[in-house]
Amino acid sequence: MRKAFAPLVVVVAALFVSAPYFIAQAPYESTMGLIQKIMYFHVPSWIGMYTAILVCGIASAIYLFQNNTAADRYAVSAAELAVLFGLMGLVTGPLWGRKAWGVWWEWDVRLTSALLLELVFVGYLLVRKYGGPGSEKLAAATALFGFAVAPFVYKSVDIWRTVHPKTSVVPTLPRVMAGPLALTALAFVLLFLVLLTLRVRLAERQAVLDELYLADED
Amino acid sequence: MFLRTAWLVLRKDFAIEARSWEVLTTTLFFATACVLVFAFAFVREGRAVEDAAAGILWIAIAFSGTLALGRTFERERYGETLRALLLAPAPRPALYVGKLLGMLALLGTAELFLVPMVAFLFQAALFSRPLLLAALLAGGTLGFCAVGTLFAAMLVRARSRDVLLPILLYPITIPVIIAGVRGTAALLAATPDEAAATMWIGILAAFDVVFVTLALWTFEPLMTE
Repeated sequence: MRKAFAPLVVVVAALFVSAPYFIAQAPYESTMGLIQKIMYFHVPSWIGMYTAILVCGIASAIYLFQNNTAADRYAVSAAELAVLFGLMGLVTGPLWGRKAWGVWWEWDVRLTSALLLELVFVGYLLVRKYGGPGSEKLAAATALFGFAVAPFVYKSVDIWRTVHPKTSVVPTLPRVMAGPLALTALAFVLLFLVLLTLRVRLAERQAVLDELYLADED
Repeated sequence: MFLRTAWLVLRKDFAIEARSWEVLTTTLFFATACVLVFAFAFVREGRAVEDAAAGILWIAIAFSGTLALGRTFERERYGETLRALLLAPAPRPALYVGKLLGMLALLGTAELFLVPMVAFLFQAALFSRPLLLAALLAGGTLGFCAVGTLFAAMLVRARSRDVLLPILLYPITIPVIIAGVRGTAALLAATPDEAAATMWIGILAAFDVVFVTLALWTFEPLMTE
Protein backbone atom coordinates (compact mmCIF):
# COMPACT_ATOMS: atom_id res chain seq x y z
CA MET A 1 0.00 0.00 0.00
CA ARG A 2 2.95 2.36 0.71
CA LYS A 3 4.13 2.61 -2.90
CA ALA A 4 0.63 3.05 -4.24
CA PHE A 5 -0.13 5.82 -1.77
CA ALA A 6 0.98 8.87 -3.78
CA PRO A 7 -0.81 7.78 -7.01
CA LEU A 8 -3.87 6.94 -4.90
CA VAL A 9 -3.96 10.46 -3.47
CA VAL A 10 -3.74 11.90 -6.98
CA VAL A 11 -6.59 9.68 -8.21
CA VAL A 12 -8.80 10.57 -5.24
CA ALA A 13 -8.10 14.28 -5.72
CA ALA A 14 -8.93 13.99 -9.42
CA LEU A 15 -12.17 12.17 -8.63
CA PHE A 16 -13.25 14.74 -6.06
CA VAL A 17 -12.42 17.64 -8.36
CA SER A 18 -14.31 16.15 -11.30
CA ALA A 19 -17.28 14.84 -9.28
CA PRO A 20 -19.17 18.19 -9.09
CA TYR A 21 -19.10 18.41 -12.89
CA PHE A 22 -20.58 14.93 -13.34
CA ILE A 23 -23.15 15.47 -10.60
CA ALA A 24 -24.21 18.72 -12.27
CA GLN A 25 -24.45 16.89 -15.62
CA ALA A 26 -26.79 14.24 -14.17
CA PRO A 27 -30.48 14.97 -14.88
CA TYR A 28 -32.92 16.22 -12.25
CA GLU A 29 -35.16 13.57 -10.77
CA SER A 30 -38.75 14.38 -11.86
CA THR A 31 -40.47 14.66 -8.45
CA MET A 32 -37.70 15.70 -6.07
CA GLY A 33 -35.64 17.93 -8.30
CA LEU A 34 -32.36 19.34 -7.07
CA ILE A 35 -32.54 17.83 -3.56
CA GLN A 36 -32.28 14.32 -5.01
CA LYS A 37 -28.64 15.05 -5.87
CA ILE A 38 -27.76 14.60 -2.19
CA MET A 39 -27.86 10.92 -3.12
CA TYR A 40 -24.44 11.32 -4.79
CA PHE A 41 -23.07 12.17 -1.36
CA HIS A 42 -25.38 10.15 0.90
CA VAL A 43 -25.12 6.70 -0.71
CA PRO A 44 -21.30 6.84 -1.08
CA SER A 45 -21.03 7.85 2.61
CA TRP A 46 -22.77 4.64 3.63
CA ILE A 47 -20.73 2.62 1.15
CA GLY A 48 -17.67 4.12 2.83
CA MET A 49 -19.03 3.18 6.25
CA TYR A 50 -19.79 -0.41 5.25
CA THR A 51 -16.29 -0.72 3.77
CA ALA A 52 -14.88 0.58 7.05
CA ILE A 53 -16.99 -1.88 9.06
CA LEU A 54 -15.86 -4.74 6.82
CA VAL A 55 -12.19 -3.83 7.34
CA CYS A 56 -12.72 -3.25 11.06
CA GLY A 57 -14.56 -6.58 11.54
CA ILE A 58 -11.97 -8.65 9.69
CA ALA A 59 -9.04 -6.88 11.36
CA SER A 60 -10.67 -7.32 14.79
CA ALA A 61 -11.15 -11.06 14.20
CA ILE A 62 -7.49 -11.41 13.18
CA TYR A 63 -6.39 -9.47 16.24
CA LEU A 64 -8.60 -11.48 18.56
CA PHE A 65 -7.61 -14.93 17.33
CA GLN A 66 -3.99 -14.38 16.35
CA ASN A 67 -3.04 -11.62 18.76
CA ASN A 68 -1.74 -9.66 15.81
CA THR A 69 -1.23 -6.05 16.99
CA ALA A 70 -0.78 -4.80 13.41
CA ALA A 71 -4.35 -5.96 12.72
CA ASP A 72 -5.51 -4.04 15.78
CA ARG A 73 -4.07 -0.83 14.35
CA TYR A 74 -6.12 -1.40 11.18
CA ALA A 75 -9.20 -2.14 13.31
CA VAL A 76 -9.04 1.07 15.34
CA SER A 77 -8.30 3.18 12.26
CA ALA A 78 -11.20 1.64 10.36
CA ALA A 79 -13.52 2.10 13.35
CA GLU A 80 -12.75 5.82 13.51
CA LEU A 81 -13.45 6.11 9.79
CA ALA A 82 -16.68 4.12 10.18
CA VAL A 83 -17.85 6.75 12.68
CA LEU A 84 -16.76 9.55 10.33
CA PHE A 85 -18.48 8.17 7.22
CA GLY A 86 -21.53 7.21 9.29
CA LEU A 87 -21.75 10.78 10.53
CA MET A 88 -21.70 12.04 6.94
CA GLY A 89 -24.55 9.67 6.10
CA LEU A 90 -26.50 10.73 9.18
CA VAL A 91 -26.10 14.41 8.29
CA THR A 92 -26.93 14.12 4.60
CA GLY A 93 -29.91 11.81 5.23
CA PRO A 94 -31.99 14.31 7.25
CA LEU A 95 -31.09 17.12 4.81
CA TRP A 96 -32.73 15.08 2.09
CA GLY A 97 -35.53 13.85 4.35
CA ARG A 98 -36.55 17.42 5.25
CA LYS A 99 -37.35 18.07 1.59
CA ALA A 100 -38.58 14.63 0.54
CA TRP A 101 -40.63 13.65 3.62
CA GLY A 102 -41.13 17.06 5.25
CA VAL A 103 -39.43 16.00 8.48
CA TRP A 104 -35.78 15.83 9.53
CA TRP A 105 -36.07 12.44 11.16
CA GLU A 106 -38.50 9.58 10.83
CA TRP A 107 -38.55 6.75 13.40
CA ASP A 108 -38.20 4.18 10.72
CA VAL A 109 -36.41 0.82 10.91
CA ARG A 110 -33.64 1.88 8.52
CA LEU A 111 -32.92 5.19 10.18
CA THR A 112 -33.05 3.76 13.68
CA SER A 113 -30.84 0.81 12.85
CA ALA A 114 -28.33 2.98 10.97
CA LEU A 115 -28.12 5.26 14.00
CA LEU A 116 -27.50 2.31 16.31
CA LEU A 117 -24.79 0.98 13.99
CA GLU A 118 -23.10 4.37 14.34
CA LEU A 119 -23.51 4.07 18.12
CA VAL A 120 -21.87 0.63 18.16
CA PHE A 121 -18.72 2.11 16.66
CA VAL A 122 -18.84 5.20 18.87
CA GLY A 123 -19.02 2.64 21.71
CA TYR A 124 -15.95 0.95 20.25
CA LEU A 125 -14.00 4.20 20.44
CA LEU A 126 -15.28 4.96 23.96
CA VAL A 127 -14.16 1.53 25.20
CA ARG A 128 -10.71 2.03 23.78
CA LYS A 129 -10.45 5.46 25.34
CA TYR A 130 -11.87 4.77 28.80
CA GLY A 131 -11.62 0.99 29.22
CA GLY A 132 -8.08 1.02 30.56
CA PRO A 133 -5.52 -1.72 29.89
CA GLY A 134 -6.76 -4.69 27.91
CA SER A 135 -9.66 -2.79 26.41
CA GLU A 136 -8.39 -3.49 22.87
CA LYS A 137 -9.82 -7.01 23.01
CA LEU A 138 -13.10 -5.74 24.39
CA ALA A 139 -13.28 -3.27 21.55
CA ALA A 140 -12.48 -6.03 19.05
CA ALA A 141 -15.47 -8.03 20.31
CA THR A 142 -17.66 -4.94 19.98
CA ALA A 143 -16.52 -4.54 16.39
CA LEU A 144 -17.35 -8.18 15.62
CA PHE A 145 -20.87 -7.73 16.95
CA GLY A 146 -21.24 -4.49 14.99
CA PHE A 147 -20.05 -6.37 11.93
CA ALA A 148 -22.74 -9.00 12.56
CA VAL A 149 -25.50 -6.39 12.92
CA ALA A 150 -24.49 -4.44 9.77
CA PRO A 151 -26.18 -6.76 7.19
CA PHE A 152 -29.42 -6.41 9.17
CA VAL A 153 -29.24 -2.63 8.78
CA TYR A 154 -28.56 -2.94 5.06
CA LYS A 155 -31.40 -5.40 4.39
CA SER A 156 -33.92 -3.78 6.78
CA VAL A 157 -35.48 -1.65 4.01
CA ASP A 158 -36.31 -4.76 1.99
CA ILE A 159 -37.78 -6.72 4.92
CA TRP A 160 -40.06 -4.01 6.30
CA ARG A 161 -42.15 -1.35 4.68
CA THR A 162 -40.23 1.82 5.42
CA VAL A 163 -40.16 5.33 4.02
CA HIS A 164 -36.49 5.00 3.14
CA PRO A 165 -35.78 4.01 -0.51
CA LYS A 166 -35.07 0.31 -0.95
CA THR A 167 -31.71 -1.24 -1.85
CA SER A 168 -33.14 -2.09 -5.27
CA VAL A 169 -33.19 1.62 -6.20
CA VAL A 170 -29.46 1.90 -6.80
CA PRO A 171 -29.05 -0.99 -9.32
CA THR A 172 -32.09 0.17 -11.30
CA LEU A 173 -31.02 3.80 -11.71
CA PRO A 174 -30.94 5.10 -15.29
CA ARG A 175 -27.42 5.15 -16.72
CA VAL A 176 -27.17 8.94 -16.63
CA MET A 177 -27.56 8.82 -12.85
CA ALA A 178 -25.77 5.52 -12.17
CA GLY A 179 -22.58 6.83 -13.83
CA PRO A 180 -21.98 9.78 -11.48
CA LEU A 181 -23.05 7.66 -8.50
CA ALA A 182 -20.50 4.97 -9.36
CA LEU A 183 -17.87 7.70 -9.71
CA THR A 184 -18.62 9.28 -6.33
CA ALA A 185 -18.87 5.84 -4.66
CA LEU A 186 -15.43 4.97 -6.02
CA ALA A 187 -14.12 8.34 -4.82
CA PHE A 188 -15.39 7.66 -1.28
CA VAL A 189 -14.00 4.12 -1.12
CA LEU A 190 -10.61 5.35 -2.35
CA LEU A 191 -10.79 8.26 0.10
CA PHE A 192 -11.38 5.67 2.81
CA LEU A 193 -8.21 3.83 1.69
CA VAL A 194 -6.17 7.05 1.78
CA LEU A 195 -7.40 8.00 5.25
CA LEU A 196 -6.94 4.43 6.49
CA THR A 197 -3.33 4.37 5.30
CA LEU A 198 -2.62 7.69 6.99
CA ARG A 199 -4.31 6.69 10.24
CA VAL A 200 -2.56 3.29 10.36
CA ARG A 201 0.75 5.02 9.80
CA LEU A 202 -0.02 7.32 12.73
CA ALA A 203 -0.88 4.32 14.91
CA GLU A 204 2.39 2.64 13.92
CA ARG A 205 4.38 5.74 14.87
CA GLN A 206 2.55 5.83 18.20
CA ALA A 207 3.42 2.18 18.84
CA VAL A 208 7.10 2.82 18.05
CA LEU A 209 7.08 5.86 20.32
CA ASP A 210 5.47 3.88 23.15
CA GLU A 211 8.13 1.19 22.82
CA LEU A 212 10.93 3.75 22.90
CA TYR A 213 9.38 5.37 25.95
CA LEU A 214 9.14 2.04 27.75
CA ALA A 215 12.72 1.15 26.81
CA ASP A 216 13.92 4.50 28.13
CA GLU A 217 12.08 3.99 31.43
CA ASP A 218 13.61 0.56 32.09
CA MET B 1 -17.30 -32.63 30.26
CA PHE B 2 -18.73 -29.57 28.52
CA LEU B 3 -22.26 -29.90 29.82
CA ARG B 4 -21.05 -30.99 33.24
CA THR B 5 -18.87 -27.88 33.57
CA ALA B 6 -21.74 -25.65 32.47
CA TRP B 7 -24.01 -27.39 34.97
CA LEU B 8 -21.48 -26.94 37.80
CA VAL B 9 -21.09 -23.21 37.06
CA LEU B 10 -24.87 -22.84 36.97
CA ARG B 11 -25.28 -24.76 40.25
CA LYS B 12 -22.61 -22.62 41.91
CA ASP B 13 -24.43 -19.42 40.90
CA PHE B 14 -27.71 -20.89 42.12
CA ALA B 15 -26.21 -21.81 45.47
CA ILE B 16 -24.80 -18.29 45.98
CA GLU B 17 -28.04 -16.62 44.94
CA ALA B 18 -30.18 -18.95 47.06
CA ARG B 19 -28.27 -17.86 50.18
CA SER B 20 -28.65 -14.11 49.76
CA TRP B 21 -31.34 -13.52 47.08
CA GLU B 22 -29.37 -10.32 46.52
CA VAL B 23 -29.45 -10.06 42.74
CA LEU B 24 -33.01 -11.32 42.25
CA THR B 25 -34.59 -9.03 44.82
CA THR B 26 -32.70 -5.93 43.70
CA THR B 27 -33.44 -6.72 40.04
CA LEU B 28 -37.14 -7.15 40.73
CA PHE B 29 -37.32 -3.96 42.76
CA PHE B 30 -35.50 -2.03 40.04
CA ALA B 31 -37.80 -3.47 37.36
CA THR B 32 -40.84 -2.35 39.35
CA ALA B 33 -39.35 1.13 39.72
CA CYS B 34 -38.75 1.23 35.93
CA VAL B 35 -42.37 0.30 35.23
CA LEU B 36 -43.58 3.05 37.57
CA VAL B 37 -41.32 5.71 36.08
CA PHE B 38 -42.40 4.88 32.54
CA ALA B 39 -46.03 4.63 33.59
CA PHE B 40 -45.89 8.34 34.45
CA ALA B 41 -44.53 9.13 31.00
CA PHE B 42 -47.04 7.08 29.02
CA VAL B 43 -50.32 7.34 30.87
CA ARG B 44 -52.83 9.98 29.69
CA GLU B 45 -56.03 10.54 31.71
CA GLY B 46 -55.74 7.22 33.48
CA ARG B 47 -55.15 5.14 30.34
CA ALA B 48 -51.85 4.06 28.85
CA VAL B 49 -51.12 5.16 25.28
CA GLU B 50 -51.24 2.50 22.60
CA ASP B 51 -48.35 -0.02 22.61
CA ALA B 52 -46.98 1.48 25.84
CA ALA B 53 -47.32 -1.81 27.73
CA ALA B 54 -45.08 -3.67 25.26
CA GLY B 55 -42.45 -0.94 25.36
CA ILE B 56 -42.50 -0.63 29.15
CA LEU B 57 -42.22 -4.40 29.59
CA TRP B 58 -39.13 -4.62 27.38
CA ILE B 59 -37.50 -1.50 28.79
CA ALA B 60 -37.91 -2.94 32.28
CA ILE B 61 -36.38 -6.24 31.12
CA ALA B 62 -33.43 -4.52 29.43
CA PHE B 63 -32.70 -2.12 32.30
CA SER B 64 -33.05 -4.63 35.09
CA GLY B 65 -31.12 -7.17 33.00
CA THR B 66 -28.20 -4.75 32.77
CA LEU B 67 -28.30 -4.27 36.52
CA ALA B 68 -28.39 -8.04 37.13
CA LEU B 69 -25.46 -8.60 34.75
CA GLY B 70 -23.41 -5.93 36.49
CA ARG B 71 -24.18 -7.28 39.97
CA THR B 72 -23.53 -10.92 39.08
CA PHE B 73 -20.11 -10.22 37.68
CA GLU B 74 -19.27 -7.66 40.33
CA ARG B 75 -19.68 -10.50 42.80
CA GLU B 76 -17.25 -12.62 40.79
CA ARG B 77 -14.79 -9.76 40.65
CA TYR B 78 -15.03 -9.01 44.34
CA GLY B 79 -14.21 -12.59 45.29
CA GLU B 80 -11.58 -12.91 42.50
CA THR B 81 -13.57 -16.00 41.60
CA LEU B 82 -13.73 -15.38 37.87
CA ARG B 83 -9.97 -15.80 37.73
CA ALA B 84 -10.31 -19.06 39.67
CA LEU B 85 -12.94 -20.25 37.21
CA LEU B 86 -10.70 -19.38 34.29
CA LEU B 87 -7.78 -21.22 35.88
CA ALA B 88 -9.81 -24.40 36.14
CA PRO B 89 -8.95 -27.00 33.48
CA ALA B 90 -12.36 -26.68 31.86
CA PRO B 91 -13.39 -25.61 28.36
CA ARG B 92 -13.92 -21.84 28.41
CA PRO B 93 -17.12 -21.89 26.30
CA ALA B 94 -18.61 -24.20 28.96
CA LEU B 95 -18.01 -21.52 31.60
CA TYR B 96 -19.78 -19.05 29.32
CA VAL B 97 -22.74 -21.39 28.84
CA GLY B 98 -22.98 -21.91 32.59
CA LYS B 99 -23.01 -18.17 33.28
CA LEU B 100 -25.46 -17.59 30.42
CA LEU B 101 -27.88 -20.20 31.79
CA GLY B 102 -27.63 -18.56 35.21
CA MET B 103 -28.50 -15.15 33.74
CA LEU B 104 -31.38 -16.66 31.75
CA ALA B 105 -32.79 -18.31 34.87
CA LEU B 106 -32.49 -15.05 36.78
CA LEU B 107 -34.12 -12.87 34.14
CA GLY B 108 -36.71 -15.56 33.44
CA THR B 109 -37.71 -15.50 37.10
CA ALA B 110 -37.87 -11.71 37.03
CA GLU B 111 -40.12 -11.89 33.95
CA LEU B 112 -42.48 -14.26 35.79
CA PHE B 113 -43.24 -11.34 38.09
CA LEU B 114 -42.87 -8.55 35.57
CA VAL B 115 -45.29 -9.81 32.89
CA PRO B 116 -48.31 -10.23 35.21
CA MET B 117 -47.49 -6.87 36.79
CA VAL B 118 -47.51 -5.07 33.41
CA ALA B 119 -50.64 -6.96 32.33
CA PHE B 120 -52.37 -5.97 35.56
CA LEU B 121 -51.30 -2.31 35.67
CA PHE B 122 -51.90 -1.53 32.00
CA GLN B 123 -54.90 -3.79 31.32
CA ALA B 124 -52.79 -5.39 28.62
CA ALA B 125 -54.01 -8.67 27.15
CA LEU B 126 -50.58 -10.24 27.55
CA PHE B 127 -52.01 -13.68 28.24
CA SER B 128 -54.30 -13.95 25.23
CA ARG B 129 -51.58 -15.78 23.24
CA PRO B 130 -49.40 -17.28 26.00
CA LEU B 131 -47.24 -19.47 23.74
CA LEU B 132 -46.34 -16.68 21.33
CA LEU B 133 -45.57 -14.34 24.22
CA ALA B 134 -43.41 -16.99 25.87
CA ALA B 135 -41.52 -17.50 22.59
CA LEU B 136 -40.96 -13.75 22.24
CA LEU B 137 -39.74 -13.43 25.82
CA ALA B 138 -37.47 -16.47 25.51
CA GLY B 139 -35.96 -15.29 22.22
CA GLY B 140 -35.49 -11.72 23.41
CA THR B 141 -34.03 -12.69 26.77
CA LEU B 142 -31.62 -15.18 25.17
CA GLY B 143 -30.36 -12.60 22.66
CA PHE B 144 -29.95 -9.96 25.35
CA CYS B 145 -28.23 -12.29 27.82
CA ALA B 146 -25.97 -13.88 25.17
CA VAL B 147 -24.36 -10.51 24.43
CA GLY B 148 -24.69 -9.25 28.00
CA THR B 149 -22.95 -12.22 29.62
CA LEU B 150 -20.02 -11.96 27.21
CA PHE B 151 -19.56 -8.22 27.66
CA ALA B 152 -20.09 -8.25 31.43
CA ALA B 153 -17.49 -11.02 31.74
CA MET B 154 -14.99 -9.09 29.64
CA LEU B 155 -15.63 -5.84 31.47
CA VAL B 156 -14.74 -7.39 34.82
CA ARG B 157 -11.14 -6.39 34.16
CA ALA B 158 -11.83 -3.00 32.56
CA ARG B 159 -11.90 0.43 34.10
CA SER B 160 -15.25 2.30 34.37
CA ARG B 161 -17.08 -0.99 33.73
CA ASP B 162 -20.39 0.26 35.15
CA VAL B 163 -20.69 2.87 32.43
CA LEU B 164 -19.23 0.81 29.62
CA LEU B 165 -21.64 -2.14 29.98
CA PRO B 166 -24.77 -0.22 28.93
CA ILE B 167 -22.81 1.77 26.35
CA LEU B 168 -21.76 -1.42 24.59
CA LEU B 169 -24.76 -3.58 25.35
CA TYR B 170 -27.66 -1.36 24.27
CA PRO B 171 -26.63 -0.49 20.71
CA ILE B 172 -25.81 -4.12 19.95
CA THR B 173 -28.97 -5.56 21.50
CA ILE B 174 -31.37 -2.87 20.26
CA PRO B 175 -32.39 -5.06 17.27
CA VAL B 176 -33.42 -7.75 19.76
CA ILE B 177 -35.34 -5.27 21.90
CA ILE B 178 -37.04 -3.78 18.81
CA ALA B 179 -38.11 -7.28 17.75
CA GLY B 180 -39.40 -8.00 21.24
CA VAL B 181 -41.35 -4.74 21.49
CA ARG B 182 -42.86 -4.96 18.01
CA GLY B 183 -43.77 -8.64 18.45
CA THR B 184 -45.40 -7.99 21.83
CA ALA B 185 -47.21 -4.93 20.46
CA ALA B 186 -48.59 -7.09 17.62
CA LEU B 187 -50.01 -9.47 20.25
CA LEU B 188 -51.53 -6.60 22.24
CA ALA B 189 -53.36 -5.06 19.27
CA ALA B 190 -57.18 -5.03 19.34
CA THR B 191 -57.09 -7.99 16.97
CA PRO B 192 -53.82 -9.84 17.78
CA ASP B 193 -51.62 -10.08 14.69
CA GLU B 194 -50.22 -13.60 15.00
CA ALA B 195 -48.45 -13.51 11.64
CA ALA B 196 -46.48 -10.41 12.63
CA ALA B 197 -45.61 -11.88 16.02
CA THR B 198 -44.39 -15.09 14.36
CA MET B 199 -42.23 -13.07 11.96
CA TRP B 200 -40.62 -11.21 14.89
CA ILE B 201 -40.02 -14.52 16.69
CA GLY B 202 -38.21 -15.73 13.57
CA ILE B 203 -36.07 -12.59 13.54
CA LEU B 204 -35.31 -13.06 17.24
CA ALA B 205 -34.29 -16.66 16.59
CA ALA B 206 -31.94 -15.52 13.80
CA PHE B 207 -30.33 -12.93 16.11
CA ASP B 208 -30.04 -15.52 18.89
CA VAL B 209 -28.17 -17.91 16.62
CA VAL B 210 -25.79 -15.16 15.45
CA PHE B 211 -25.17 -13.75 18.94
CA VAL B 212 -24.70 -17.09 20.73
CA THR B 213 -22.38 -18.37 17.99
CA LEU B 214 -20.29 -15.18 18.06
CA ALA B 215 -20.15 -15.21 21.86
CA LEU B 216 -19.08 -18.86 22.08
CA TRP B 217 -16.50 -18.24 19.38
CA THR B 218 -14.98 -15.12 20.98
CA PHE B 219 -15.24 -16.03 24.68
CA GLU B 220 -12.03 -18.03 24.74
CA PRO B 221 -9.67 -15.43 23.16
CA LEU B 222 -11.39 -12.63 25.07
CA MET B 223 -10.92 -14.19 28.46
CA THR B 224 -7.28 -15.08 27.86
CA GLU B 225 -4.88 -12.56 29.32
